[in-house]
Amino acid sequence: MSAAQTIHDTGAVCRLDQLSPERGAAVLIGERQVALFRIDDAHGPTVYALDHRDPFTGANVLARGIVGTTGDRWYVASPLHKQRFDLATGECLDDETIRVDVHTVNIVDAHVHVDA
Amino acid sequence: MQTPGLRTRLVVVGHGMVGHRLLTELAEREVLDRFDVTVFGEEPRQAYDRVALSSFFDGATADDLSVVVPGFAETHGVRVVSGDAVVAIDRSAKTVTAASGEVALYDHLVLATGSSPFVPPMPGHGLPGCFVYRTIDDLEAIRDWSARDDVRTGVVIGGGLLGLEAANALRLLGLEPHVVEMAPRLMPVQLDDGASTALRNHIESLGVIVHTDARTSEIAAGPTGSVQRLVLDGADPIDAGIVVFSAGIRPRDELARGCGLAVGERGGVVVDDTMTALDDPNVSAIGEVAAIEGRCYGLVAPGYDMAAVVAARLAGATGERFVGADLSTKLKLLGVDVASFGDAFGETPRSQSIVWSDAREGVHRKLVVDVETGAVRGGMLVGDADGYQTLRLMASGDVPTPEDVRGLVAPASDGGGVAIGPDSLPDVAPVCSCENVTAGSLREAVSEGSHSIGELKSCTAAGTGCGGCLPLVTSLLNCELEKAGVEVSTALCEHFEHSRVELFGLIRFHRHGSWAEVLAAHGTGRGCEICKPVVASILASLGNGYVLEGDRAALQDTNDHALANMQRDGTYSVVPRVPGGEITPAQLIALGQIATDFELYTKITGGQRIDLFGARLEQLPAIWERVVDAGMESGHAYGKSLRTVKSCVGETWCRYGVQDSTSMAIALELRYRGLRSPHKIKMAVSGCARECAEAQSKDVGVIATEKGWNLYVAGNGGARPRHATLLATDLDDDELIRAIDRFLAYYIRTADRLQRTAGWFEELGADVPHLRGVIFDDSLGIADELDADIATHLDTYQCEWTATLEDPDRVARFVSFVNAPDAADPEIVMVSERGQLRPIRDEERGTLVSIR
Repeated sequence: MSAAQTIHDTGAVCRLDQLSPERGAAVLIGERQVALFRIDDAHGPTVYALDHRDPFTGANVLARGIVGTTGDRWYVASPLHKQRFDLATGECLDDETIRVDVHTVNIVDAHVHVDA
Repeated sequence: MQTPGLRTRLVVVGHGMVGHRLLTELAEREVLDRFDVTVFGEEPRQAYDRVALSSFFDGATADDLSVVVPGFAETHGVRVVSGDAVVAIDRSAKTVTAASGEVALYDHLVLATGSSPFVPPMPGHGLPGCFVYRTIDDLEAIRDWSARDDVRTGVVIGGGLLGLEAANALRLLGLEPHVVEMAPRLMPVQLDDGASTALRNHIESLGVIVHTDARTSEIAAGPTGSVQRLVLDGADPIDAGIVVFSAGIRPRDELARGCGLAVGERGGVVVDDTMTALDDPNVSAIGEVAAIEGRCYGLVAPGYDMAAVVAARLAGATGERFVGADLSTKLKLLGVDVASFGDAFGETPRSQSIVWSDAREGVHRKLVVDVETGAVRGGMLVGDADGYQTLRLMASGDVPTPEDVRGLVAPASDGGGVAIGPDSLPDVAPVCSCENVTAGSLREAVSEGSHSIGELKSCTAAGTGCGGCLPLVTSLLNCELEKAGVEVSTALCEHFEHSRVELFGLIRFHRHGSWAEVLAAHGTGRGCEICKPVVASILASLGNGYVLEGDRAALQDTNDHALANMQRDGTYSVVPRVPGGEITPAQLIALGQIATDFELYTKITGGQRIDLFGARLEQLPAIWERVVDAGMESGHAYGKSLRTVKSCVGETWCRYGVQDSTSMAIALELRYRGLRSPHKIKMAVSGCARECAEAQSKDVGVIATEKGWNLYVAGNGGARPRHATLLATDLDDDELIRAIDRFLAYYIRTADRLQRTAGWFEELGADVPHLRGVIFDDSLGIADELDADIATHLDTYQCEWTATLEDPDRVARFVSFVNAPDAADPEIVMVSERGQLRPIRDEERGTLVSIR
């Protein structure tokens, strides 16, 4: 891990084992609400971080959507109106003009660090 | 025919099926605004389905039988006068006079008065206890008379089609039914000796006593002056508490005779092939009262054709002609298929017949074929009418007869069968003869985007009459879709090639208990928001315990995951179960106190319970702890599962109630609570026919009768309302519950995802006999399995909130922020309105004082 990535760390937001595979959870970082998604595969766990706010409704709910794949892309479907957001890029798969912010995540000693 | 600028005054005499069809034909041609229409009907009710009249004894109501779309008259500005018969026509003044004294002027007059039953003038034919079988009023009178204590046997005079229907009615009314027919066999007009014998065997096995070659000399009265027995020539008399005449019909042409119109030798208004009266261009006649070339037609399909001819002419078209009628008939008489089509008796020269007769199975099939070409010309089918639609089209020359004509005569169950592809149907071939829909118009509808049976039915009306053509419509639809390259894929999503139904079968067979097993065995990739909840629901339907256990938690939609319903601002609503809508004052007070303490918005739901809104995720366990302490449990408002069983107070309080509807509703709600299904399920129980619980708009509706319960299924409210279908009548408590068990289990096994019972049942072709067969006669041999499905559900049911609160790890999931378990979402803002809190609206942000 490079020095540049760790400088802006806000400190760990949670332990990795507090996140269930393929089920989001929200964290509060200052006033910012961030949705975390843990995906486990053959390479081990990966955690993605997106803004928790659903841009279509303004409600803070994205962490509570169902996680799925299309091809190799992982996404979360908003629990309100089912628009899908790419976990890696924040792009909305159903409306290319919409995107939510994504944040860099590092896992250090089974703790989750988010650059938000 | 009209003064320029003025609307044509159209008077229709008779509001039966054919009279009403004239109006709908005009409406479809969008010309009704050119007419001032007045329709006179002598019956107290508007047009109804006289063909299905006998279903009245199967529990159908007058409303069920109506063929008039509610609001039709208002929408189209048609004046319908019911319960007022026209008694005179003045053709020079162009007026009709009704019994009420009303006089209506016409520019054009259409006679659609139908026919009346012929009552042979034998001694005693007018005694109390003698009836005819024509109107709902007749049937009500038969029912009331049959309920008398001294009436135990009933006799129908006439062994034709309608006579046999009447005999079945007497049977359903609990009488010993007799049929007396003058000819040597039943249905002498449609069937020959062999076919008639097969039919007779069937109906005798059902307890109908048949007397053929029997001539009635007198109907004799008993000491009370009402009918007591039938005296026959040269045979023993028959005891009869009631006599029903079904000895043919006569056209009701008395109005025409009274105003000097020509009538045929055997009755009926003489018309040409445009249905115009021969001696008055301003008068038309349609239906059973019209005589073309001396002939009257006693079937509804030719009547509909006549209505279309007149409607076209009134709309300004020329050249529309009545070209004769297809007199083919197919019906189920006392559960027996009977069909007759084309030249059924082989009357054309150079024809011969091929017969398949299996007395053991009660099947008799005869085809009449051309000696030289082998082409089918007609036939009669009893006991198994497989292939009727296609055979009928062969007889009319619309489709070619295949080489091996002998293969057609054996039923499919015996290796025969009519395997003709829908592709070989020419466009002109009629597929639905009730609604006169051709293969061509179906193909056109498919190409214009009707890609399901439901869409085809609403677009073309095919299959909405007797429904006998639905198998053919379905195969034609699939064939067209395939040709158009429209993928008829039943794949759930990109991860599963299976439909929900197939996946259900696989999971059940392999006894999978987790998502990982199901995905590894049957899927690809990692799943999505389509397949995950489907698998979660199937696993729950099959009784796999707590819905958030193991890897199943991640499959659930947010509502199932939070065991609450997410609202637009990300808060949740809390809905405790209130079985049957019955709640104690103490529980009401407890809910009120909980709502007060947590500042929840409170509203009564349509399903007779109480919705508490505005709970944040982290508040849910504390709220539910209080609800469970007050003796209530999860209402499963969040799940695709049973919602509520609505009820009225029933006989306990209501002066009209005939059963304890509340207790039944509670029993049903407690039985099916938590049962996971393809979509939500709503039920209701009404304590009498007034139907205050609105059961006929529910997936399962129960209506009390004097003798038990009537069961309705597949109703729906909401955006696509569907009036529920009557499945069974006068069930006792145990019969009712068993029938609902099987209905629900069958639906859960075989419906598509997010398909309500209404859509599912429509996709089954709204096939009531099929569904009755599965539920009551175990026609699929799965009744034991269906019963076991519900038994498993009852064994494994738990209140999901009680189960959650018992386990600290489960409770720990209910936080808004995993790193700040006590923090609330600061952006949830409520404002006060009418004494309660509601979410702030976007335009109000920054302008109002926030309350919390």
